[in-house]
Amino acid sequence: MSPLFGKLSLEALPLHEPILVGTFIVVALGAIALVAALTRYKLWGYLWREWFTSIDHKKIGIMYMVLGVVMLLRGFADAVMMRLQQAMAFNGSEGYLTAHHYDQIFTAHGVIMIFFVAMPLVTGLMNYVVPLQIGARDVSFPFLNNFSFWMTVSGALLLMVSLFVGEFARTGWLAYPPLSELQFSPDVGVDYYIWSLQLAGVGTLLSGVNLMVTIIKMRAPGMTLMKMPVFTWTALCTNVLIVATFPILTAVLALLALDRYVGTNFFTNDLGGNPMMYVNLIWIWGHPEVYILILPVFGIFSEVASTFSGKRLFGYSSMVYATVVITILSYIVWLHHFFTMGSGASVNSFFGITTMIISIPTGAKIFNWLFTMYRGRIRFELPMMWTVAFMLTFVIGGMTGVLLAVPPADFVLHNSLFLVAHFHNVIIGGVVFGLFAGINYWFPKAFGFRLDPFWGKVSFWFWVVGFWVAFAPLYVLGLMGVTRRLRYFDDPSLQIWFVIAAFGAALIACGIGAFLVQVYVSIRHRKGALADTTGDPWEGRTLEWSTSSPPPEYNFAFTPIIHDSDAWWDMKQRGYRRPTSGFKSILMPRNTGTGFILAALSTVLGFALVWHIWWLAAASFAAVIVVAIHHTFNYDREYRIPAEHIRSIEAAR
Amino acid sequence: MTHRPTIRRLRNHAALPVLIAISGCSSAVLDPAGDVARQQRDLLVHSTLLMLLIIVPVMALTVLFAWRYREANKKARYEPEWHHSTHLELVIWAAPLLIIICLGALTWLGTHLLDPYRPVDRLAPGKPVPHDARPLEVDVIALDWKWLFIYPQYDIATVNELAVPVNRPISMRITASSVMNSLYIPHLAGQVYAMAGMETRLHGVLNEPGVSQGFSANYSGAGFSGMRFTFRGMSDAEFAQWVRKADDGELTRERYLALAKPSENEPVRHFEHVDPTLYSAVLNRCVAPGTTCMDHMMAHAMTEHGTK
Repeated sequence: MSPLFGKLSLEALPLHEPILVGTFIVVALGAIALVAALTRYKLWGYLWREWFTSIDHKKIGIMYMVLGVVMLLRGFADAVMMRLQQAMAFNGSEGYLTAHHYDQIFTAHGVIMIFFVAMPLVTGLMNYVVPLQIGARDVSFPFLNNFSFWMTVSGALLLMVSLFVGEFARTGWLAYPPLSELQFSPDVGVDYYIWSLQLAGVGTLLSGVNLMVTIIKMRAPGMTLMKMPVFTWTALCTNVLIVATFPILTAVLALLALDRYVGTNFFTNDLGGNPMMYVNLIWIWGHPEVYILILPVFGIFSEVASTFSGKRLFGYSSMVYATVVITILSYIVWLHHFFTMGSGASVNSFFGITTMIISIPTGAKIFNWLFTMYRGRIRFELPMMWTVAFMLTFVIGGMTGVLLAVPPADFVLHNSLFLVAHFHNVIIGGVVFGLFAGINYWFPKAFGFRLDPFWGKVSFWFWVVGFWVAFAPLYVLGLMGVTRRLRYFDDPSLQIWFVIAAFGAALIACGIGAFLVQVYVSIRHRKGALADTTGDPWEGRTLEWSTSSPPPEYNFAFTPIIHDSDAWWDMKQRGYRRPTSGFKSILMPRNTGTGFILAALSTVLGFALVWHIWWLAAASFAAVIVVAIHHTFNYDREYRIPAEHIRSIEAAR
Repeated sequence: MTHRPTIRRLRNHAALPVLIAISGCSSAVLDPAGDVARQQRDLLVHSTLLMLLIIVPVMALTVLFAWRYREANKKARYEPEWHHSTHLELVIWAAPLLIIICLGALTWLGTHLLDPYRPVDRLAPGKPVPHDARPLEVDVIALDWKWLFIYPQYDIATVNELAVPVNRPISMRITASSVMNSLYIPHLAGQVYAMAGMETRLHGVLNEPGVSQGFSANYSGAGFSGMRFTFRGMSDAEFAQWVRKADDGELTRERYLALAKPSENEPVRHFEHVDPTLYSAVLNRCVAPGTTCMDHMMAHAMTEHGTK
């Protein structure tokens, strides 16, 4: 180990891996082209001033979405490599991936998809929509919001660095010890895992605090809790879950880091270490985590079902109570992830039954969407198509989930491809479908034009059909006793199912491609039929549709007063007219680069810790502290938008 | 043989095309050869059917409402303000609740009856375990990346091969040398984790002779994919013969330590004479010379504490 570079040496570069060298060349060329284009069109200043340093919740929300989509491409590339490997590795062939590479891929796939795709996309939508839905001008702590975003980017960046410098963990996405301990994973993979999640975790936790406080404290007058839009309700519950559970993840990863860096024995086999303690702790975070992802999309489906059925949401209060019940129950089910670790029958039954009980409020929600459609006038725009596809897909995933909650059934299906099919069924069929519904629904609000429906439908059909073609075979394989994370197989009769699954992955690839085309085509045609000049393209019901598309930086010239849960619908019914005079100046928070700088320094800190470059770790940590303290002396944090300026913006609508 | 009619009944069930497709592929999970695994399969099938009672109507209603209340259908009733019905609310909360009450009862019973720690009390439906039956004891150790099976009653041990006589209860103690694995023999019974320094139990009985595979169902590092073993069910006579086959010499602590070093795709080995303290030493992490056993350490700590 050198004092200057720690464990880092030229051998850390994967020059012997042709796949990685090829990927690096493509990424490097892409990055050079991007940098060149940004320089050529003089966009650096614009990006820095208008986006990177922005503390406007809307711009931060959009940046979260961009991060999620970019990381989706990486996570999906991993998925395609796995599907190819498993479709090839039969009849004595070990496929094209070594264990060293394949084991990193399935670990990275899980970590990326959960932490850096699903989380940013869900957080991005909440960030964008929640303040608009509650009639607020921004979140409670706008600077913190910017900082949270950049910390999430920082974690994603550190993880991406592991692709080309060193390696990623080969432990599975939850890095169970003892496998993740120094004794069995002596290289830097697990360290990349720990520090990228710790960095991103800071962002997630702070953004959870921020949105929770925003919803509690910043609702427009008249919006009592039981008049909040359902999406805001689900966002509230999700952020409560984030605040309650992410510290557990941080703590358990810190203990693992102590084991690896300091030589403690929290989770080792010897000297009193207890690996099962890690498994318990990580799932006490991990199970609520899946509800953190699914609850907001339940909210999206509620908004979409009600809007496109042209009808009030059926059973608003039962929807709210169901959400709260799920939030609470999600804490007392974690043991169902390891029924097979030898707990007694009574403990297993308890956790099995609590898990099943969650399906009751979830079932009630499905019925509520169903009866929202009942006696409605359903417009099958893209968000509604995703909603119906979700309802038909998610119930199957829910059913297989309850099945896995029956301990004796879990004994035969635990860790099988049936389990893999189940959680993709609820995460793709629930979270991803919901995100597409939400993206198509709120895109015109954010940009002033709708997404192209033709390419949206192409994407929709490829995704929905692709999902079933890719994962139905995994259900079948799981019922045939095939376990997950296998790199090669010796039973040739299984191969056909893996080939079908790989074909399904190809269909999903077309779905992702069509989505990117959809965005491109929509930008090209933004001035034509897709343009939204009204601010309310879908006959919306909640407050965000009362603003212009895109909304002005201050969101609302006048703080609205709320009388009904469907506030904007109610205003329209009562013949609301937008005021055209009497504007007052508005105090808004000022942009700052501090969040970006802190996160950049933290990325350096993470990298230094991974490679044991102690001087750099100490220096970057000190720099983080200095910059943070320096920021507290920045008193110039606000500016006033003059009434005159607001009048001209409002007149231009 | 009593489980066969169940499968045939299933084949007639139009709602289960997937199950039919798989049962044609001789799935060990859906058509196992051991009584415990069969009961687990039955519970799996019954739970699925119970849930389909509510899933199928919901899916049908979704399609029906989506079609009937489409915008183009102006004949359908449209009630934009209708959003509450106490009767409907009662139904939509009560229907899943009823299903879950039934499923919860099934779960409570099934989990206790099929607890892997509980010795089996029947060989097959209607065939209780005879009073004089002596269960076959097997001590299982998951190594990187192979399986070691010790038969203390016969003083033999095998690597990557497990043979059992049919219709004799099997009682396993399971531990591991290093990382976590999960012992899964689909034809016999559901899986249980193998963890270092800890002991788990698994009980089962095999009803039909035959050769199949057992494997690790929990990812354990580079050699995981090859961590499979042959599982043989045989008659008592064949088993007696198989036991005598041991020809790889004695399993001493030194040989164990050599065997425990990480290796992949190990050939089958049969050891005769096994160090009788080996399993306990592995469990208490003191096979290597000069290490203190965990149980001794704990006993020592407790006496120390008691004398103070």
